[in-house]
Amino acid sequence: MIGEWLNRYGLFVLLAGAVVAPLLAPNDYVVGVLARICLYSLLALGLNIVVGFAGLLDIGYVAFFGIGSYAYAFLASPHFGLHLPFVLAMVIVTLASATSGILIGAPTLRLRGDYLAIVTLGFGEITYISLVNLDRPINITGGPSGLISIDPPSFFGYVIERNIEYYYLFLLTLGAVVLGSVRLRDSKVGWAWQAIREDELAAEAMGVNTTVAKLQAFAIGASIAGFAGGLLASWQRSVFPDNFLFQESINILAMVILGGMGNVLGVILGAIVVVALPEIFRDLALYRLLAFGAMLMVLMIFRPQGLLPARPAAEREIAEESTAPTAQPNGAPKT
Amino acid sequence: MADLISILPQQLVFGLALGTVYGLIALGYTMVYGVLQMINFAHGEVFMIGAYIGWSVFAVLIDWSVGGLHPLWVLPVLLAPAMLLCGGLGMTLERLAYRPLYMRGATRLGPLISAVGASIFLQNFVMLTQGARMKVYMTNLVFPRTWRFNIFGVNVSALVIVIVVVSLLLMWGLVALIQRTSLGRAIRAVSEDREMATAVGIDANRVVGLTFFLGSALAGAAGVLVGLYYTQIDFVMGYSAGLKAFTAAVLGGIGNIKGAMLGGLLLGVIESLASTFINPAFKDVVAFAVLILTLVFKPEGILGEKLADWKKI
Amino acid sequence: MLRLNQVVTHYGPIMALKGIDLHVDRGEIVCLLGGNASGKSTTMKTILGLVRPTSGTVEFEGRILDGLPTGKIVRQGIALVPEARRIFGRMTVWENLMMGAYVRSGEPQREIDGDMERIYGLFPRLRERTAQYAGTLSGGEQQMLAMGRALMARPKLLLMDEPSMGLSPAFVDQAFDIIQEINRQGTTILVVEQNASVALSIAHRGYVLQNGRIVLADSAAALLAADDVRRAYLGED
Repeated sequence: MIGEWLNRYGLFVLLAGAVVAPLLAPNDYVVGVLARICLYSLLALGLNIVVGFAGLLDIGYVAFFGIGSYAYAFLASPHFGLHLPFVLAMVIVTLASATSGILIGAPTLRLRGDYLAIVTLGFGEITYISLVNLDRPINITGGPSGLISIDPPSFFGYVIERNIEYYYLFLLTLGAVVLGSVRLRDSKVGWAWQAIREDELAAEAMGVNTTVAKLQAFAIGASIAGFAGGLLASWQRSVFPDNFLFQESINILAMVILGGMGNVLGVILGAIVVVALPEIFRDLALYRLLAFGAMLMVLMIFRPQGLLPARPAAEREIAEESTAPTAQPNGAPKT
Repeated sequence: MADLISILPQQLVFGLALGTVYGLIALGYTMVYGVLQMINFAHGEVFMIGAYIGWSVFAVLIDWSVGGLHPLWVLPVLLAPAMLLCGGLGMTLERLAYRPLYMRGATRLGPLISAVGASIFLQNFVMLTQGARMKVYMTNLVFPRTWRFNIFGVNVSALVIVIVVVSLLLMWGLVALIQRTSLGRAIRAVSEDREMATAVGIDANRVVGLTFFLGSALAGAAGVLVGLYYTQIDFVMGYSAGLKAFTAAVLGGIGNIKGAMLGGLLLGVIESLASTFINPAFKDVVAFAVLILTLVFKPEGILGEKLADWKKI
Repeated sequence: MLRLNQVVTHYGPIMALKGIDLHVDRGEIVCLLGGNASGKSTTMKTILGLVRPTSGTVEFEGRILDGLPTGKIVRQGIALVPEARRIFGRMTVWENLMMGAYVRSGEPQREIDGDMERIYGLFPRLRERTAQYAGTLSGGEQQMLAMGRALMARPKLLLMDEPSMGLSPAFVDQAFDIIQEINRQGTTILVVEQNASVALSIAHRGYVLQNGRIVLADSAAALLAADDVRRAYLGED
């Protein structure tokens, strides 16, 4: 019952709440947390496309986050002397991230579940190691101390400074990605992804071009993470390799699994939980990871479908049509 | 360049020693994959815990040290509890965190994520109970640094030789068990055809548990050996060692026992050579690169059988 | 010796067995005939506990079998020669036979060696190939190995699932001669077969299975003579 209600109206309620939230926040620190929630929701949505929609277990997702961040840093900071306007830089960042998604996804096309996971993990680690070490002989990434003095976002002269402004920028992006996710899910490629997730061989037999569909999933997922990376860089005004550790990939994965793989609203809830919980239980910070590990195990054993299980597309269509207010033109309801 | 060549034999020996240790850990991955077709992501943590157990026993020995600490008895006393306890840990992990999952369904996702969770849990458990700072093995109390030999012109410490010998003995023991005992045959039967193995009366669950015990015990031993050699252990050492051992298992042919040993040796040598001739910081990248290249170009590994349907990989 | 009472077995939502009643008495050869997807293999798997029946009982020498784990069932004295043989290809002939004796691990090695000798006697070709990997054997040799493996358990009841499958006609005759010999030496046999004529030629009684139901049950001779059987399964008219 609650599940039904949430699936129908949850997103609207959440959006309404999100718009007012920072105005109700007690202090700027909380606004910062809210902004972080938005950012991570973006990441969760991106991974949701790869893992939740297409069923590709990527546990090195943070690599794209990092690539996007550093790409923005290269384009909008004193490091290379480039200071491209925000919008242009972000477009390039998105394209670069999409490309990296295709490059990393391509070798994994023939691999099954666990192996795909390990290879993506490998790429994630390679990315991290490269970020840390590519400061000799030529300083590309700034090494362990990262890059600083990154330009903030600016639109036609208006420079974003306060947390609350960043929050609304992130929220806007989040809204767009939510809309995009829902549209993708119900589109032709979304159906292809679902087919691949359920049974790849059968999908191929039915004529689905699994290669293209998988690469699309990687590319779109990577570009969302890359975009989020650019946002992070412009917010933090700096980037460090330690922003992009393996643990982050697992955090994002946990958001997706906890929330319910494939469920757009669910993964956002997952992001809220994973970001907010450690803030609430500040004192128990030491035990955070311990609890996290235990949570993953317990979740898989007792509720693998997450908080809000995704409903298969067919079920969704039937549910939507049965509550459609008007009958079809010829008077009879569509079956 | 000339000085690099001159230390080559030294590096090769070191690489081989490292390789035997990788092989020990890799055996655990490969055996579990054989019986369950699952990657035990938490296996590296078992290795790490073995190192800590060895350290604890070592600390006790040093406290109580009456006469001398002779390697002949110190080594087994360090290895035995590590192996037994790690074996038990592995069995418990399987029983609690994996069995409820793979019994359930076709999805590979569940056990893998549970394994990741177990890995994080174990790492942090050790950090919280043992402290975040590294611990030190007082190896030179048992293996003085001056105790060296000259073999074929290469100067090696006695410790390296002992490590290689112990690893080889353990591996040989495992192979003998697999090939000549009833339990070994049962493990092979369950790996090949679980349903048929059940039909001849094998309790597949029990066999899987024992497989975990054996693999984890070897990882525990590897932990002690690595602790003795590098003298510094910390709670994150399981992560990279685990990934490399996994690479070794894949390189040799996952599911293939001899492959795990061969893969371990190869990876040890490759890594040693790479860190000599290329930047040592990229050592880990070498392992990942080997892994990715193997999975992409020859996923069945060196000794693995070519699977008819590549999608099975 | 073996009795199935109203056994119903499901594969997920599909009802594969819809209430099977059959029995096998000590010393008999009973055959279970039927086409593809009639439920023959499911019956075998249900008896062995590889699949659990939804309802009904499986009794063996007075003991209830349904619900027991396969290991316990096999230890009661039932062995299986499965469809498509399913020998352990990566193990040698000798090791495969030893797998058959897995349930007898408590017994003295002499006894087990003795049985192995008997089996080599029955299948001389296996003796020649004792150290060879089973995966390299021919189809006929694998069938012999699968039978030998089952016999190593010294079963009271031998279940055979489509022993003629994939064998050349000459070999089929040979195989069924051996099956008859095994029965003469004291083993009760339940054989599932598509090749009705050869199965009925050695059996005492038979059942015909269709869509998960027993549609005919009679002595082998009567079945051989029955018109429906002849038409459907023997291709005669």
